[in-house]
Amino acid sequence: MSLHPTHDAGIWVGALLSLCIFSFLYKDNPFYKFAEHLFVGVSAGYFIALRFWTVIVPNLWEPLLKATAGQGVDAAHHGMFAAEQGDYRGWLILPGLLGLLLFTRFVGRLSWVSRWSLALIIGVYAGLKTTGFAQGDFVAQVQASLQPLWVRGHPWEGVNAIIFTVGLLTSLLFFYYSREHKGTLGAVSRVGILFLMVSFGAGYGYTVMSRVSLLIGRFQYLLDDWLGLR
Amino acid sequence: MSWTQTLEKLDRRWIFLVLALLVMGPLLFPLALPLSPSPPVHGFVQAIDKIPDGSTVLMSCDYDPASKPELVPMTRTALRQLWGKHCRIVVTVLWDGGPGLVDNVLREVAAEYPGGKTYGVDYVNLGYKEGREDVMVLMGKGIANAFPRDYRGNDTRSLPLMANVRDYSSFPLLVNISAGYPGTKEWVQQVQGRYHLPMVSGCTAVSAPEYYPYLQSGQLLGLLGGMAGAAEYEKARGEKGAATRGMDAQSMAHVLVAVMIVLGNVVQRSRRQAEGA
Repeated sequence: MSLHPTHDAGIWVGALLSLCIFSFLYKDNPFYKFAEHLFVGVSAGYFIALRFWTVIVPNLWEPLLKATAGQGVDAAHHGMFAAEQGDYRGWLILPGLLGLLLFTRFVGRLSWVSRWSLALIIGVYAGLKTTGFAQGDFVAQVQASLQPLWVRGHPWEGVNAIIFTVGLLTSLLFFYYSREHKGTLGAVSRVGILFLMVSFGAGYGYTVMSRVSLLIGRFQYLLDDWLGLR
Repeated sequence: MSWTQTLEKLDRRWIFLVLALLVMGPLLFPLALPLSPSPPVHGFVQAIDKIPDGSTVLMSCDYDPASKPELVPMTRTALRQLWGKHCRIVVTVLWDGGPGLVDNVLREVAAEYPGGKTYGVDYVNLGYKEGREDVMVLMGKGIANAFPRDYRGNDTRSLPLMANVRDYSSFPLLVNISAGYPGTKEWVQQVQGRYHLPMVSGCTAVSAPEYYPYLQSGQLLGLLGGMAGAAEYEKARGEKGAATRGMDAQSMAHVLVAVMIVLGNVVQRSRRQAEGA
């Protein structure tokens, strides 16, 4: 095994900044602070530029410019406000104005005006989330919870379905707080706790895996891409 | 001082050091621990295998560089599987930090093919669009409506690949690689449930438990959970990529965490006994 350090300046910068961040594990220090501040600044600049060029320009500015010349997606239609589905032309002034109104939050006396835009955003999101949850989660998950407990020729599927159903019912009963958890309800909810603990354990295991993966990814970057150890 | 008291007072930096050594060791000297694809991974592979050759597939890579070690390996393998079937791929990114990273991965994998894969014909990167669920719903009214320009600045409607792409009905499958919100959950809620578009997901390990109910209900045809899922996918496809190389280190780190949990409980128990006495 020998060292083959990269000549790519970008990888050197990335590697040195990674080491600056890792140095926090020993204790807080100026190298860590430098990398942290650099990250925050670069991120802010990057996101502002990205959103301007990928959202404002193609979705608002360019269509509005074309609309002022009477053009849009459909070349056969002329007119600044000759809108149709997917070709909103001059009407894009409205969302543009609503977007600008959000900045009134910085003007003390006018800050209440931003609530109009926020109300629209919250209303749209509430509607989308509610219908999406009802269709994608609630109905589909209830439907999938109704499993046959006996499948001819596949006994293990039946065992699996029984464990699933017991886990589902006991976990649900654990969250039933209208009666004190004593007697039968207490015993059932304790079984529910067992199932919940197993699920928390699985969740914890997956979380550990996720975080360790980040560490592995950084080490692969340092050992392979930077130092070229092979 | 007893050994439990020594452990109780142990400087946590020793644990960091041991973890670093345990992760670095297998990366330098691989252990080649056994690995076999699980049913959710087989489901992912089979869902792609079943679509007709030459189909146009929607692939949403909803992640940023923070999830690179887990999600880039599975993105690479999925691209290879899709291009192995001569599929054309429409890529979107709903995370603002992701489009540059995803574009690099696309270029890198496209270059692996003799003559390369042609941008605009074999694949397009529509890039990032702010709006989360709004974008998903808007794409249902027309993909080019939601993305008038692609990541590279082209007029989306002018790209040859997009000539036959209208909305979700143009795709036989959605491949979602997800790091969280917006991601698999939102695609299931807004698109799979509404447009009945068959879907598979590759996700970070931390979000995998949340998506298993979708797999059990059949809303997802396959699921890759974190680096382990990516490594199993590589194994199923006969590849040996970054995820496979990382799994030995992953296993060693998990052993350390398990040992630490046991030791922590022993220390806690002995402290309680001492306090009781």
